[in-house]
Amino acid sequence: MIPASFDYVRASSLDEALETLSEHGEEAKVLAGGQSLLPLLRLRLAYPGTLVDLGRVEELRGVADRGDHVLIGAMTTHYEVATSPVVREHCPLVALATATVADPAVRHRGTFGGSLAHADPAGDLPAVARALDMEFVARSPEGERVIPAADFFLDYLETALDPGEILTGIRVPKLGPGWGFHYEKFHRTAQAWAIVGVAAAVRRSGGAVEEARVALTNMGPVPVRATGVEQAVRGADLGANGALRAAAERADEDADPPSDLHARPDYRRHLARVLTHRALVAAAGAA
Amino acid sequence: MPRISVTVDGIRYDEEVEPRLLLVHLLRDRLGKTGTPIGCDTSNCGACTVLLDGRSVKSCSVLAVQADGCDIVTIEGLSTGGTWHPMQRAFHEEHALQCGYCTPGMIMAAIDLLHDDPDPSEEAVREGLEGNLCRCTGYCTIVRAVRRGAREMSQEQEGVATS
Repeated sequence: MIPASFDYVRASSLDEALETLSEHGEEAKVLAGGQSLLPLLRLRLAYPGTLVDLGRVEELRGVADRGDHVLIGAMTTHYEVATSPVVREHCPLVALATATVADPAVRHRGTFGGSLAHADPAGDLPAVARALDMEFVARSPEGERVIPAADFFLDYLETALDPGEILTGIRVPKLGPGWGFHYEKFHRTAQAWAIVGVAAAVRRSGGAVEEARVALTNMGPVPVRATGVEQAVRGADLGANGALRAAAERADEDADPPSDLHARPDYRRHLARVLTHRALVAAAGAA
Repeated sequence: MPRISVTVDGIRYDEEVEPRLLLVHLLRDRLGKTGTPIGCDTSNCGACTVLLDGRSVKSCSVLAVQADGCDIVTIEGLSTGGTWHPMQRAFHEEHALQCGYCTPGMIMAAIDLLHDDPDPSEEAVREGLEGNLCRCTGYCTIVRAVRRGAREMSQEQEGVATS
């Protein structure tokens, strides 16, 4: 199908994009890589009056090592993120999950910031953002503010970003040595949307788990941090049979899984527990 | 209406386009590049895959205005002087198609895959083509064709390097 008509503004700088957004108010929508937005426009599920294209705003692109964190520019493509040596070294969980987003052609166009700002519950990156406590840097004409991942995702396709605000970059804290990571995802073969996904980071010391971070994809309208698992797995003896499995049983405690043509809520709860166990095993093994 | 300039299969075009015009419609309806088919409305199928500045994209999920200033290669731009591209030849020789609808996208995605992995394993081909759906072949012949095309492309390059 053909999208409904809209006006198009190609911004050449962040300031120009912010100015255009404030001129057009809520009628305007930001176009990043377009890999989520263009399908919505084609299916006529969205009718923006004006698209403000950030595709040529170079200042929003790239990966920078900032000492205690890695700053990923919002317009950095999934391909660039997944193949970035800095991301692979300091935030392997981001590289692992990003490499599972959609398919290669989509990853060439789709962007890290666009995907997070779209906040699709079946998208892979929001759960990684929650697991790693990423911080979202947003600019508006009034200035810059930083939004913690825990406060960023408000509801289905809804974030804390104001209409006149643009996500400029995402800070990914470095967790330091001793951590292992895994992103476990269950999806239909023909499409990469997660039916359920699990982002896990595990720090082990000798044969035991010292600390873990676990967050779930598509187990509610927003990504869910599985704090019950994180508490239960602390101190787990990796040599003991079933210690990780027992912790993973708490995966769906705080979840509110949707029902759709792919899975009913009870099946999603089952998947969350099984996939969390797999993710913990893989992350602990890699540490 | 915005004016754009694109190079498609080696020829430069200057066009006035509505902002909502999709790249695939520019290619097919304005420039007559009907070798690139439209398969779905959800960017799932990959039939419309082309190379944009050297990398694969789904041309149904790119606006023509976004492609302004870019270099685009479609399936129609692969052959040179009447000689098929090695990947086209490999698809023919391995019978990697039945109805052929997905084939242009498959070939473009396969060529893109070889950028990062010039000699892909079967597993790597299956992963690399995950964005392209075929409802006829069961993929076995496609995987064989991509690996054959990859070998022939590297042999051709070696031939160029040693001659």
